[in-house]
Amino acid sequence: MKRRTLLGGTITAAVLGLTFGLAATALAQQPPIKIGMSMAQTGGLAGGGKASQLGIEVWRDDVNAKGGLLGRKVELIVYDDKSSASETPAIYSKLLDVDKVDILFAPYATVPTAPLMPLVKQRGMLLIGNFSFQVNSKVGHDMWFNNAPWGPADSWATSFLDLGQKAGGKTVALLAADQEFAQNLAKTAREVATKLGMQIVFDQAYPPSTVEFSGILRALKAAKPDIVYVASYPPDSAGILRGVNEIGIGDNVKLFGGGMVGLQFGAVMENLGSLLNGVVNYNTWLPEPGMYNEGTKAFFENYTKRAVEAKVDPLGYYLAPYGYASGQMIEQAIKAVGSLDQKALAKYLRENTHKTIVGPITFAADGEWKETGVVQAQFRGIVDKNMEQFRSSGKQVILFPDKMKSGTLVTPFEAARK
Amino acid sequence: MFSFELLLDAVVIGVLLGCFYAAVSLGLSISFGLLDVPHVAHPAFLVLASYAVFFLNEHYGIDPLVAGLLITPLFFLFGLLAYRLYYETFEKRGSDAGVRGIAFFFGIAFIIEVLIILQFGVDQRSVTATYIGKAWRIGDMRIPFRLLVAFAVAAVLTVLLAFYLSKTFMGRAIRAVAQDQEALRLMGANPIRIKQWAFGIATAVLGISGALLIIVAPVDPTLDRAYIGRTFCVVVMAGLGSMTGTLVAAIILGIAETIVLTLFGASWAPAISFAMLLGVLAVRPQGLFGRRS
Repeated sequence: MKRRTLLGGTITAAVLGLTFGLAATALAQQPPIKIGMSMAQTGGLAGGGKASQLGIEVWRDDVNAKGGLLGRKVELIVYDDKSSASETPAIYSKLLDVDKVDILFAPYATVPTAPLMPLVKQRGMLLIGNFSFQVNSKVGHDMWFNNAPWGPADSWATSFLDLGQKAGGKTVALLAADQEFAQNLAKTAREVATKLGMQIVFDQAYPPSTVEFSGILRALKAAKPDIVYVASYPPDSAGILRGVNEIGIGDNVKLFGGGMVGLQFGAVMENLGSLLNGVVNYNTWLPEPGMYNEGTKAFFENYTKRAVEAKVDPLGYYLAPYGYASGQMIEQAIKAVGSLDQKALAKYLRENTHKTIVGPITFAADGEWKETGVVQAQFRGIVDKNMEQFRSSGKQVILFPDKMKSGTLVTPFEAARK
Repeated sequence: MFSFELLLDAVVIGVLLGCFYAAVSLGLSISFGLLDVPHVAHPAFLVLASYAVFFLNEHYGIDPLVAGLLITPLFFLFGLLAYRLYYETFEKRGSDAGVRGIAFFFGIAFIIEVLIILQFGVDQRSVTATYIGKAWRIGDMRIPFRLLVAFAVAAVLTVLLAFYLSKTFMGRAIRAVAQDQEALRLMGANPIRIKQWAFGIATAVLGISGALLIIVAPVDPTLDRAYIGRTFCVVVMAGLGSMTGTLVAAIILGIAETIVLTLFGASWAPAISFAMLLGVLAVRPQGLFGRRS
């Protein structure tokens, strides 16, 4: 009996071992599923690009640890686009024709993404967007799915200007960088302001190479607006806030901020410190109650460890979880469809709700989120040179949307800054 | 919207901004203006100096201006080495050294950018000092202290460099090598050593200029690209090699940029420097303060 048990055990162990061994060999032998993308690893967008890429890499490692997709490992092919729009069309041609990737992820941000949309549409490829704004509005690619929670084009400006109007604001100043993303934001802000019956008293675009903002801010202050809507990129956001601190912005301003990119990045926030107080700005994820979903906490624990080593944003709230969510969406689509057929994957993504660490995602016909997931939050009680403070709840009080609200607006802006 | 108050503000800020432009262009005025070295890596050296200042400020709490002074000798040595490398590999080998030299310095600039990214990451960095983030109030006008610091440092640097180049033996030798290298050789002097020394001085100046760069605004590893056009524009417009000319040309540029930015629409501001450069070159090809050869 004992001998038979031993023999049975040995055979079972051998069969199991063989099965797992064969499966492992098969996984190793099958060609990997290649996901191709460019990412800003140098240039002005690199701070965001690197964090976003780390988020995607965390997903890749998680999915490969679970056995990959369709029995194949997932491999990322990433090139540096230097934050430049002129680099991306050539990189994506190479990804398609030389690297022969199976799935395309878009680069981080609007400017590098916009010029590759015609190419991707022409080649009939599905594209998972990465925080670009309104790049598909004119192209109309039906296989575009943006991971960013912008939602309907005007929801961003509506949420901010609505807060301003409720605080008694009647006049608006618009200050926007002279490039694709910021100009798109400014355009929707103009439309929303008109719809809400607000008067635009200052409307200025500034070149991205602007060194000193004192002059522009002085002209803005002279217009005496109630609400100041700023659409800026990281290098400018810091310059503008420094200028506001030195020059002042006027006692009548009730609400300042809106679309300032950079105020979501750990290093920028640490550098600006107390200058952030009072600013109401958009964000995509914050350590506030109501923003945690299944897997969010585990993701940030993993990300935080790897971010230190990779020298990227140690907080990673803005982009990294959405990079991970991009992977989760494509993972669910491939598993459901059972193949890499682009049209079938696109159909699945369009028709279903996807469970991710940033919450459930459903897409509208234009490939943007059906409902906005953007929050407007006010910086409160920020001190200088302290990165860790941003990990605590209460430092960025959510004012919009109502379902996530964690406080009320402190106004006017000059009072909120103290 | 035009008002005399805004115009006055724009002129004051323009003068201060111009002084800052002068401070970051003075080194190039020596290396390119006097020595004819196509130093396109000048802004990359500048950003490198800013990061060195950031390191000293962040880890040892040293004031950015003091940190700028502390790194000056190191940058002098770095300049000596960089010129020797450029001379041995390019300048010595032929008359097309200029064109090939541009490739050399572009290469150096890229290497510096990558080294900064590897060491400090891609994020913006800034420094802290008592004069950053505060402003001097005169009536309704507020002038940022950091721009006043740039103004003072630019003025002192210009006076010191102008004095050094006109009154000291080595300074005169540098100007002589700029005028006629062969004549200097016939007189028994080694023009290459003099050029190497001058390049060292030009790079040493960047220690303090780099401090100003990070005092005025946060820096990132690729900021050098934003300054290539501006610094070359100031130096060429001034007339190659003139220190006081560099200061005046930079102030003119600063005022023009700020007035356009404040009163006529910010989108036109970047075009101003190049429009002015073209205008000056059309009327005075030798630059505002250059001598006709």
